[in-house]
Amino acid sequence: MKDPISLALNAFLAWAHENLFGSVWNTVLTVVTLIALVSVLQPLAVWALAAAQWVGTAADCRAADGACWAIVGEKYRWILFGRYPPDQHWRPLVAMVLLVGAIAWSLDRRRWNRSLLALWPVVAVAFYALMQGGAPGLDFVPVQRWGGLPLTLMLSVIGIAAAFPLSVVLALGRRSRLPAVRALCIAYIELIRGVPLISLLFMATLMLPLFLPEGVNLNDLICAQVAMILFSAAYFAEVVRGGLQAIPRGQFEAADALGLSYAQSMRKIVLPQALVHVIPPLANTCIGIFKDTSLVVLIGLFDLLGAAKAALADPAWHGFPAEVYFFAAAIYFVFCYGMSLYSRRLEADLAKGAAR
Amino acid sequence: MIELIDVHKWFGDFHALRGVSLTVGEREKVVVCGPSGSGKSTLIRCINRLDVHQGGRIVVDGVELDDKVANIERVRSEVGMVFQQFNLFPHLTVMENLTLAPVWVRKLPRAEAEDVALHYLGRVGIPEQADKFPGQLSGGQQQRVAIARSLCMRPKAMLFDEPTSALDPEMIKEVLDVMVELADGGMTMIVVTHEMGFARRVADRVVFMDAGDIVETAPPAQFFENPREERSRLFLSQVLAH
Repeated sequence: MKDPISLALNAFLAWAHENLFGSVWNTVLTVVTLIALVSVLQPLAVWALAAAQWVGTAADCRAADGACWAIVGEKYRWILFGRYPPDQHWRPLVAMVLLVGAIAWSLDRRRWNRSLLALWPVVAVAFYALMQGGAPGLDFVPVQRWGGLPLTLMLSVIGIAAAFPLSVVLALGRRSRLPAVRALCIAYIELIRGVPLISLLFMATLMLPLFLPEGVNLNDLICAQVAMILFSAAYFAEVVRGGLQAIPRGQFEAADALGLSYAQSMRKIVLPQALVHVIPPLANTCIGIFKDTSLVVLIGLFDLLGAAKAALADPAWHGFPAEVYFFAAAIYFVFCYGMSLYSRRLEADLAKGAAR
Repeated sequence: MIELIDVHKWFGDFHALRGVSLTVGEREKVVVCGPSGSGKSTLIRCINRLDVHQGGRIVVDGVELDDKVANIERVRSEVGMVFQQFNLFPHLTVMENLTLAPVWVRKLPRAEAEDVALHYLGRVGIPEQADKFPGQLSGGQQQRVAIARSLCMRPKAMLFDEPTSALDPEMIKEVLDVMVELADGGMTMIVVTHEMGFARRVADRVVFMDAGDIVETAPPAQFFENPREERSRLFLSQVLAH
């Protein structure tokens, strides 16, 4: 009887023989791929790990050959929180925990009910109040000084949460039997989709205030948030419409024949099936929105990427942009990959429910 | 109970119903047959307004079918329909399929709706399948669930649109048995079908349609033994040939 290690090794060798060296052509591909991988990864590993300077000053980093991770240690608070007053950093931290906590709470399908719809506006207001302050004990911090990850999270999470219900209405409207409703929804979707997000952001900050009654002042952040919501809704709406089109006519007819109202048949029969069909493209759109928030830097807001760029302006730490961008990219990746994993789990769960 | 007066229906240029008039009384069973494309499915789909008639009048249990949504929903909740393709809701369990409309349309308490559902699942012979999903059942079982789903609304009439046409031959009987039992129980029924044995057994009247119009209406004995119209004879010779 062999020990488990040599058994595993044998299994691996058998697998490798079959899958990597099964034929001459296969062997050539494997070897070429290995050489390419090593030639790229080996210098990267040396730079990022072996020769890296983990702690110390800028001078230490300049003396070393590898990556200067010390700059991340030095600047991480700047990257995460932007220009928010440093002595108040606990506030964006708590606000982020609140937001991420609300997301974690919402992930469980068993909690998808009306109380969840009530929870989100509360979370949004609490987030905003904590960030802005103004009450006794909490200094007022204008939105121009907010920045970093909380800003990115707020724009994307609230953007997605508000855009999604709006998009369902748009998608249903686009299939409406009433020509006026249909035309309105098509016009909205096509107009918004036909314009770059960045121009929407500029228009929102410049034009939105013109439409508001006198005395109401919206800051740039709110304008940007509105633009994100309107933009995302158009994209979501087309994804949802795709799902609606996959539902056979018989489902609509059966719901009608039972006397269900339009709203009931959409809510109970059509949408639950349609949305399950489009989980992958929905996740795709969410990931896109999360990354698109980085465009707000162009209207003067410091999101995560903007704050990272601003952190590089310190002349004392001049010369290490790659490390800072690497750090910011890693944060983006964690969130985006999280969304991807969640969507896959959700898809598998729901497919299990309706075994066909 | 159900009254159609000079009903017309067009699909684009195609004149699908050409002035059809038909009255179905309470507890009456009417079987509608005819060649494909004759308008028989369209006829019963107009009765719960899945298809909208463009001329004439349709009155169901004293409610005229017009553009008023309230009227349409009222008629639909009083008239059950069974489809050729079952059209069960695949994302819901059998029990949820059965209780959905009673809970949301009739506002029945859930517990009561589940009692009703179990009663009708028992009547169609599959009480043990309540927690399965439709996709886990055979075609015959699915169609029986679909019949039970309609019955849970305690309808005043039932429409059947070729209920056995999508079934494997060995499953046709179990569905027809349920329908015969329902007929014997006094349900008002309009059945579009090619099952001539069923028509002979339960129908009070057979309605033969061709080219968008009713050609002949007769009691089954007379229709099968001695049809009046040449077109009826031709049709019968084709469906009864084997």
